[in-house]
Amino acid sequence: MKAVLGNMRAELVGAGGVVERNAYLTKRYIWWDVAWFVWTVANTLTIVFIAKGIEATGGSLDVNETMTTLLIGAVVWAYLGILFEFLMETVAWERWEGTIEYTFMAPLSRAMHLAGQGVFAIAYGLVRAIFLFCVCAFVFFSLSIPDAKYFPAFVVLVVASISFIGIGMMMSVLPLISPEKGTQLGFVAQGTLLVVSGVYYPVSVLPEWMQWIAKVSPATYALDGIRKAILEGQGLSALWSDLWPLLLIGFVSIPLGLWVFQRGEQYAKRHGKLKRSG
Amino acid sequence: MTNIQQAAIEALPRRTAPAVDVRDLSKEFRRRDRKLGRFAHRKRVALDGVSFTMQRGETVAILGQNGSGKSTLVRLLSTLLLPDGGSAEIFGHDVVRDARAVRRLVNRVSVEASFFKKMSSSENLGYASRYYGMTSRQTRDLIPQILGRVGFPPDRRDEPMESLSRGMQQKVALARALLTSPVVLLLDEPTTGLDPRSKLEVQEFIREIRSSHDSTILLCTHDLAEAETLAERVGILDRGQLLAVEPADALRRRFGATTLEEAFFAATGRAFEADDEEDDEDREVFA
Repeated sequence: MKAVLGNMRAELVGAGGVVERNAYLTKRYIWWDVAWFVWTVANTLTIVFIAKGIEATGGSLDVNETMTTLLIGAVVWAYLGILFEFLMETVAWERWEGTIEYTFMAPLSRAMHLAGQGVFAIAYGLVRAIFLFCVCAFVFFSLSIPDAKYFPAFVVLVVASISFIGIGMMMSVLPLISPEKGTQLGFVAQGTLLVVSGVYYPVSVLPEWMQWIAKVSPATYALDGIRKAILEGQGLSALWSDLWPLLLIGFVSIPLGLWVFQRGEQYAKRHGKLKRSG
Repeated sequence: MTNIQQAAIEALPRRTAPAVDVRDLSKEFRRRDRKLGRFAHRKRVALDGVSFTMQRGETVAILGQNGSGKSTLVRLLSTLLLPDGGSAEIFGHDVVRDARAVRRLVNRVSVEASFFKKMSSSENLGYASRYYGMTSRQTRDLIPQILGRVGFPPDRRDEPMESLSRGMQQKVALARALLTSPVVLLLDEPTTGLDPRSKLEVQEFIREIRSSHDSTILLCTHDLAEAETLAERVGILDRGQLLAVEPADALRRRFGATTLEEAFFAATGRAFEADDEEDDEDREVFA
C-alpha cells in the first residue's frame, strides 16, 4: 500500500513537472504568444463581421444574436486549436529541441505525461478563450447579451475539454509517425471536427451523413451548450442534455487516445523515430 | 550517495543479477529506397547478436566508429528502441517487459546536450527531476549542489541554455543525469566535439562518479585514450558486431598490438578513423 501511494505521488509530481515545463516555456515565449493572440483576435473579427456585412447588404437578421453565435464558434475554434497545438507539441517541440528521448526514457507513465500536458493546455486555453471572448464581445462590438450565464458556459467548455484532450492525444501521435508533416495534420483534425459540429451554423443545415458524424463529435455539444448558456441564459440543469454526451465521449476518448498514443510510441521505438533527426 | 540512489539500489530485485546483461541483442532499421523500387525498403543491421555482461560498479567502454551501433546499443538499454531479437536486462529487469523499472535505474548522457534552449539550466534540471518523482523541495538545494560539482558557474544558472558554450551545456547534461542518481549510467560519446579543456573536465567528473557513486558506467566513445583511461574493460564494436570485451592490456595482447588503435585495426581490418566505405555512411544514418 505504501509503495502504491509512493508511486502515485511520484506520478503526480511527474505530471506537475510537465506543467512546470510548459509554464517556463510560456514565460519565455510570452511575446510570441501575444503576437499569436493578435492574430486570433483578427481572425475572430473577420468571422464576426460577417453578420454586420449581411445586414449592410440588405439581409434580415438579428445582428446582435448572429454576431454572438459566430463569436462563440470562433472562440471554440481558437480554444480547440490551442489544445491540439499543445498536445501535438508533446512530440513535435520536444523532438525539435532534442529532449524527447530524455522525456520518453523517464519513469513517468505516458498517461500522467499526457495528463500534465492536457492540464496545462486546458488552463492556458481557458485563459486565452475567456480573454478572446471579452475583447471581441465587449471591446470591439459592445454586444448586448443580458441573459448570458457565463458559469454554465464555462462548465460546458471544461467538460468538453476532456473529450478534446482525448482526441488531441490521438492526433499527437502523428508527429511520431511523420516528423515532417504530422503536425499539420492536427489542423485537418481540428477543421474536420468543427465543420461537422456547427461551428458557425446549425447542424441541421448539414447533409444527413454529416449530421450523423456530428452526433459523436464533442464540439457539437460544446457549441450547443455554450450558445444555450450565453444566448438563452440556460442554467446547468437545463444543459444536462449537452453535458452527459460530453462526459460519455470523454469517458471513451481519453483511454482510446492513450491507447493510440502508446501504439504510436511502440511504432516509433521499433523504427527509431524518436531520434532528433527522425 | 543520495537517499534516492540508496533506495533504488535497495529496491533492486535480484542482488546477484549482473548490472547489465545483454544477450544476442540485434536491431535493424528499414529505410525507403526509391532506387530499388517505389515501395522498396533497404535494411541495415545496426546490432548483430551483441552479448556482454557488466558487474555492478564496473566501467566498460565500447569503442567503435561512427555508425558502428554504439548509439543503438545505448538507446536499446535506455528503453528508447525495441530490439528485433535477443534480450537486455538491467539488474534483472528486461528493457522491454519491465521498461519502467529499468527507467528508474538508468540515465544517459549523449553526444548532443539536448535541452529547451530558452530555459535556464536550473529550469531544465528542475522539470526533468520531477519526471523522476523529485519534488521542488528535494531539488532546491540539490540542483545548485550538483551544478557546482560539475564545475558550472553559480552566476550562470539562470541564463538560457542557448547562451552557454557546448562544454557548459554538456556539464549540465551530466548534472541532469546525476541528479536522478542512476544506478547505471550510459554515456554516449559525452566528450565528442568538446574543446580539450572541457573534455578533460568532463572526463575528470566521470572519474569522480566512478569513485564516489555506486554507479555502473557504459561509456560509448571513439576516443581511444578516453576508453583506456576511464574503463576497466574495453569492447570493440564494428558494424553492429561486438568483437571483444576485455581489459585494454588483454586486448592488446590478444591482437599482438602495442596500442589500442593497432588492436582495433587487427580486430576489424580497418583503421580506427577510417569511414571509407559507402556502407558506413549509410549506417551512420541509422545507428
